[in-house]
Amino acid sequence: MADRLPRVPVREQAPEVRATNFEEVCYGYDEQEAMLEASRCLHCKNPRCVSACPVNVSIPEFIAAVAAGDFKGAASVIARDSSLPAICGRVCPQETQCEGSCILGIKSEPVAIGKLERFVADWSLQNGSCDAEKAPSNGYKVAVVGSGPSGLACAADLAKMGYDVTIFEALHKAGGVLEYGIPEFRLPKEKIVAAEISKVRSLGVRIETDVVVGRTVTVDSLLDNEGFSAVFIGSGAGLPRFMNIPGENLNGVFSANEFLTRNNLMKAYRHDYRTPVYAGNKAVVVGGGNVAMDAARTALRLGADTTVVYRRTEKELPARREEVHHAKEEGIRFMMLSNPVEILGDEKGWVRGVRCIRMELGEPDESGRRSPVPVPGSEFEIEADSVIMALGTSPNPLIARTTSGLETNRRGCITADEDGATTRPGVFAGGDAVTGAATVILAMGAGRKAAAAIDRYIKSRNA
Amino acid sequence: MFEVISKEMLSPAICRMKVYAPRLAASARPGQFLIVIPESHGERIPLTISDYDSVEGTVTIVTQRIGVSTGEICALEAGDCFSDVVGPLGQPSDFVGQSREELAGEHFIFIAGGVGTAPVYPQVKYLKEAGAHVDVIIGAKTSDLLIYKDEMRQVCDNLFICTDDGSEGFHGLVTGLLEKLVSEDGRRYTRAVAIGPMIMMKFAVQTARKLGLPITVSLNTLMVDGTGMCGACRVTVAGKTRFACVEGPEFNGYDVDFDEAMRRQGMYRVQEHEAEVEYEHECKIGRTR
Repeated sequence: MADRLPRVPVREQAPEVRATNFEEVCYGYDEQEAMLEASRCLHCKNPRCVSACPVNVSIPEFIAAVAAGDFKGAASVIARDSSLPAICGRVCPQETQCEGSCILGIKSEPVAIGKLERFVADWSLQNGSCDAEKAPSNGYKVAVVGSGPSGLACAADLAKMGYDVTIFEALHKAGGVLEYGIPEFRLPKEKIVAAEISKVRSLGVRIETDVVVGRTVTVDSLLDNEGFSAVFIGSGAGLPRFMNIPGENLNGVFSANEFLTRNNLMKAYRHDYRTPVYAGNKAVVVGGGNVAMDAARTALRLGADTTVVYRRTEKELPARREEVHHAKEEGIRFMMLSNPVEILGDEKGWVRGVRCIRMELGEPDESGRRSPVPVPGSEFEIEADSVIMALGTSPNPLIARTTSGLETNRRGCITADEDGATTRPGVFAGGDAVTGAATVILAMGAGRKAAAAIDRYIKSRNA
Repeated sequence: MFEVISKEMLSPAICRMKVYAPRLAASARPGQFLIVIPESHGERIPLTISDYDSVEGTVTIVTQRIGVSTGEICALEAGDCFSDVVGPLGQPSDFVGQSREELAGEHFIFIAGGVGTAPVYPQVKYLKEAGAHVDVIIGAKTSDLLIYKDEMRQVCDNLFICTDDGSEGFHGLVTGLLEKLVSEDGRRYTRAVAIGPMIMMKFAVQTARKLGLPITVSLNTLMVDGTGMCGACRVTVAGKTRFACVEGPEFNGYDVDFDEAMRRQGMYRVQEHEAEVEYEHECKIGRTR
C-alpha cells in the first residue's frame, strides 16, 4: 500500500554547518526521491489539498505527472495556476494549506506537496521548459507598482495577454520582499528569484528600478501624462512597527526590516559588499512570525547568540513550522510567554539588555488566538547587545496619500474588491498593500485576479 | 545607469556633480534629498539635492569625501555612471506650499555649515523667486572649505561669511554670527533654517531659541531605503518617534532630540572605520573588484 510508505525525507545542510553560512538549508528532492514521494498521493476523489491552496493548483494532477516521471507535464499543470512555483514551494505555509488538509496527514505524514512543487519548479528552471504563450501586442500600456510577488504575477499575466507592461520598483533591485526580506538560506537570490524575474522579463515586461511611486512619479501622472490605461498597485507592506516602549531608539535596536534589508538586499554578510550590519554578541529578536525567524537565523549566522522572545506559546507561533524547526536545530533559544516592556541602555546609549514581563494566555481575541495578558509583578531582565523588532509591518502610506480618489481603511490598507478594483477607476491593487502582511501565494493570487480584471476593464472601455 | 554630466572640485575634498536623472529632476522640490549607489556593491548613500533642472534632466549633488562611500562618489568622473540614483525623497520644505503673498512678508535667515551649504542654495533660490527676503550665513572651519559663495550671492539679499579660524569673514561660529546680526546689528528675521552638521544645528537651535526665532533643521540621519521601510532614520521629535526619510528631513528645530540623533548617527562608526582601513589598503595594492 502506497500510504504505508513513510514521507521521503528531504536532504538538508547539517544544522551546525549551516548555522555558519548563508547557503540554502534544504537541498530538495532529486528525481528518484520526488517520484517516490509522489507515489504516496492517494488521488482523493475530492482533493482537499486543492481547495486549501489559495490559488487552487491541481495538486493531484501534477503529482501524478511527477510519479510518472513527466516533470515537464507537471510543470505545465502548476503553471496554469501559479506563476512563481520555485518560490512558493519554498516559502508557502504548506502545513496550514495543502499539506494541512492532506488525508495522509491524519494517520501519518501528509504528502510533501511543497517539496514536490519546488522540485518541479527547479527542474523546469534548469531544463528551460514551459515556454509561456504570448498573445500579440494589443497596444495598451499598464503600469505595475512594485516588483514583489503580486506585481510580478500581475505583470506576467498581462504581458501574456498582449499588454505593454512596465513595473516601477522603488529599490535598486527587483523582487520586493523576495529580495529584501527573505534570506538567501531560505530563498536563493540568483538561482531562484533572479531566474523567476528574468522569466517575467522574457515576456516583454520592462522593470524600471529606482522609481518611488508617490515621489519620483505619481499614479496620477502615470495615468494622465504617460499614457498608461491602468495601474496595478502591489507595493506591499513595508512599514515596520515598533512597540513604543522606552529605550527603543537606543543604538543596537533595529527593525527586522532594516536588519534583513542590510543583509539580504544590501548583502552585508558578503565581504565584497560595503554595507555594514550589527548583530552584536547576544541578539534578542522580538516576535514569532516568519520575519522573526528570518531575523533570528540571520543574527545567528552573523555570529550572535540569539534568543527569540514571543508573548504567546509555541503553538501560536505564526511562523512556518519548518522555520521554527530549523531555527531550533540551529541553536536559537525561544523564550515563550514573555514580552519586552523596556530596552535597557548603557551610559553610551547602546543596548545592554531587555526588561521583559511574563505573560499568560487569556480569552481568544478576534484572530481566534488566545490573547496574552501580562502577569503582574513578573518582570525580569535578559542580557542583550542587539534587539531586533519583528512585530509585523503595515502598508506604506506614500502611494495612497499621493493618489487622488484612492481610499484606505484604518489600518492603512488600500480598499479593493475581490478583483482588486480600488475606489479609483483604472487603479487596481493587491497583495500586502490590500491585505496587510500576508503570504507570497496570496499576493501572487491577488496579482493574477487583478490582471484578469484589468483586461476586462480596458476591453470594456475600448469596446 | 545615471551618467555624471559634469564634475568639478569645490575644495580638495568636496566635489560637485551634475547627474542625468530626468524623472528625479522633474519632480524634485527644495528640501528633498536623494539616494545614490556609486557602484553595484556599494551602500545606498543619502545626499542632499543642490540643484535640479527639469529641462536638462539633471540634478546637482555636492559630496565631501569623509569615508569609503563618499570617496567612491568623488572618484567618479564626467562620463562615468552611478549604479543608481533615486528620489526625490522626503517632504519638500514647508514654505513650498505657501503663497507669494505669505512669503513676501517673511525675512528668512539661513544658517549653512560645510557641505550643508549646497542644499541651502535651491531653497534660497526658490524663496527669492517667490518674493521673500533671504539672508544667508555660510560657516566653515577655514576659508578653503567655504563653498557656494558666488552662487549664493546671486540669489540672496545679504551673504555673511564666518570661519572658525578667522581666515575669512567673521571670526567665530555661525551661532556667534547669528547672535551678532540680530542683537548687535539689529537685523530682524521671522524664520531661520539651519542645515549642516548635527552639532551645528543643535547649537543653532539653542541660539534661535534665545533670540525667539522659529527655526527649521534638516536632519542627515542614517538610512537604508529612504522610503519608510527600515526605520534606521528614526528620530525623536516632540517626544514622538518619527522617520526622517518620509516625515522629514526637515523638522521644527525646537522639537528635535539632537543628543539622541547624534548618538544614532554613530551607530556603525566601528564598521565604517574598518571599511576605511581596508579601502585604503585596497587602493594601495591596486585591487579591483
